[in-house]
Amino acid sequence: MTYIVAENIVKQYQNGHAPVTAISDINFEIEAGEFVAIMGESGAGKSTLLSIMGAMNAPTSGSFRVDDIDIYRLKQDQRADFRREFLGFVFQSFHLIPYLTVEENVMLPLTTVRKTGKEKKAMAENALASVGLQGKGHRLPGQISGGEKERVAVARAIVNQPRVLLADEPTGNLDSKTTREIMQLLQRLNSEDMTIIMVTHSQECAGYTRRILQLYDGRLVASG
Amino acid sequence: MTLKEIAIKNLIRRKSKAAFILAGLVIGVTTMVAVISLVDAMSSDINDKLEKYGANILVVPKTENLPLTYGGISLGGVSFEMEEIRQEDLIRVGSIKNSANVAALGPIVLGVIQVKSNRALLAGVDFKASKILKPWWQVKGTLPKENGVLLGGEAAQVMKLNVGDPLTIKDHPFIVSGVLQSTGSQDDQMVFTRLSTAQSLLGKEGRVSMAEVAALCKDCPVHEMVRQISEVLPGAKVMAIQQVVKSRMETLAHFRKFSYGVSAIVLLIGSLVVLVTMMGSIRERTDEIGIFRAIGFRKSHVMRIVFIEAGIVSGLAGFLGYLGGIGAAKIAIRFFSESQTVSVPLNFKLAGIAFVLALIVGLASSVYPALMAARLDPNEALRAL
Repeated sequence: MTYIVAENIVKQYQNGHAPVTAISDINFEIEAGEFVAIMGESGAGKSTLLSIMGAMNAPTSGSFRVDDIDIYRLKQDQRADFRREFLGFVFQSFHLIPYLTVEENVMLPLTTVRKTGKEKKAMAENALASVGLQGKGHRLPGQISGGEKERVAVARAIVNQPRVLLADEPTGNLDSKTTREIMQLLQRLNSEDMTIIMVTHSQECAGYTRRILQLYDGRLVASG
Repeated sequence: MTLKEIAIKNLIRRKSKAAFILAGLVIGVTTMVAVISLVDAMSSDINDKLEKYGANILVVPKTENLPLTYGGISLGGVSFEMEEIRQEDLIRVGSIKNSANVAALGPIVLGVIQVKSNRALLAGVDFKASKILKPWWQVKGTLPKENGVLLGGEAAQVMKLNVGDPLTIKDHPFIVSGVLQSTGSQDDQMVFTRLSTAQSLLGKEGRVSMAEVAALCKDCPVHEMVRQISEVLPGAKVMAIQQVVKSRMETLAHFRKFSYGVSAIVLLIGSLVVLVTMMGSIRERTDEIGIFRAIGFRKSHVMRIVFIEAGIVSGLAGFLGYLGGIGAAKIAIRFFSESQTVSVPLNFKLAGIAFVLALIVGLASSVYPALMAARLDPNEALRAL
């Protein structure tokens, strides 16, 4: 079942008076439960495309639909609600809040959700357990390793059980052993019907996915 | 995890920034509380002192003619031939609502007498009340008893009389028991004796020409006292001595305006400190706010975090500022007032005002930083990392 549809997506940035095209005329569809890698060289438009898919960066033209919702027809607050309810983000450099504990970082997407503190805590514990970090919730991000931080970032992204997980170079800062562990973790989440879209430079990481969208100079040159 | 917890944890993490905002507001609130407390205490002190200036209300018979003056103050139409105030009516002044504010009531009977070859004005007064009504009197000798008189300084000179000298008034022998030192008022030309003695000499038993009232007007305006006395003395004209009251009110008003002006300026500076520090804090937290927005925080959620932080710091500043202000006023009053009795009391109304004002200033100064935070584009914020 087609779940995500990108149609004629163009994104231009203004550089002084001259517009710079970051991505041009991108079209693709993603099925629910797919695990897709977006690949390309630096400056190919991977992160721009991911941010458009993350409802954070309106395209200059074209439409982007998730579950038949045209994301950029939504108002700003509705888009924030969409991000909270539909999407999970794993950022390039973890982006954990340093003064919150691991558990509090994981609970962050639940802050504005109508649930009791107990329920939120239970959901955070579940998410931490699913990434193998049970019992480490009380630590601060500065007290855990890079691999563990990435796991916390994944736990935070999945705590509200999103339908789509967006990951931007999730293993960019990790050693090969930890990279494998994280990719296996993403693979497991995908096997639980979570749609995952991941930006990566790494062929090894792309090998864990089912499909690759190849970008070159802002254009989609291969899909398969 | 709640927005409040995020705000509190952020304040704890950025202690120095929070302390800077706190200091800015505390200084503002402390200054406001200190200056207002100081002015209140000094106003109260001045009020007490001004009340010692003597009578501030006059009660005279109602008349439409023959205006006379006494001590440079208009007495209305006092006529010796007209019907005067009955002394027993004055007792009713004790029954007015603000009777506790009446410090002294001094009936006076006036009449013209002949002493040796001089005509003079005789005033029968209550010397006990005069101590309050005319605290500036300095008597050489003693206040008169049954057959004694007190001469004004000029009257004593003209009549060539001194303390202990005998004199005769309307065939009654008297002794000069005291002479007033010069007051610069009409008192200098008068002859004073006890009220009952004068009433008997002038044939005005049970009647008085006028009455002076010293009203303590700290808790009630003088015109309210005038209204209340007028109600119980319908046959008399009751009036405030406007010069004393006006100058008193003007002095207090000047003090108050000055204190509000200083407070407003310092609070404005405090609010600028909050504004600048909050904006700096928001810029520092671009990444964090970007994450909040990316994971689904609405603009209003981000604004609430900023306002909760500002509210906590401002509330604390209001509390600390009030305590600091009272402490500062207690220290400063020693330098500003020579009086040993003046004190700075705890004022819970001022504490409430300080708290609310600190909250208003803190929150109002945070509106722009909060909007700035809410308007951060999550994509731009995360790309900037």
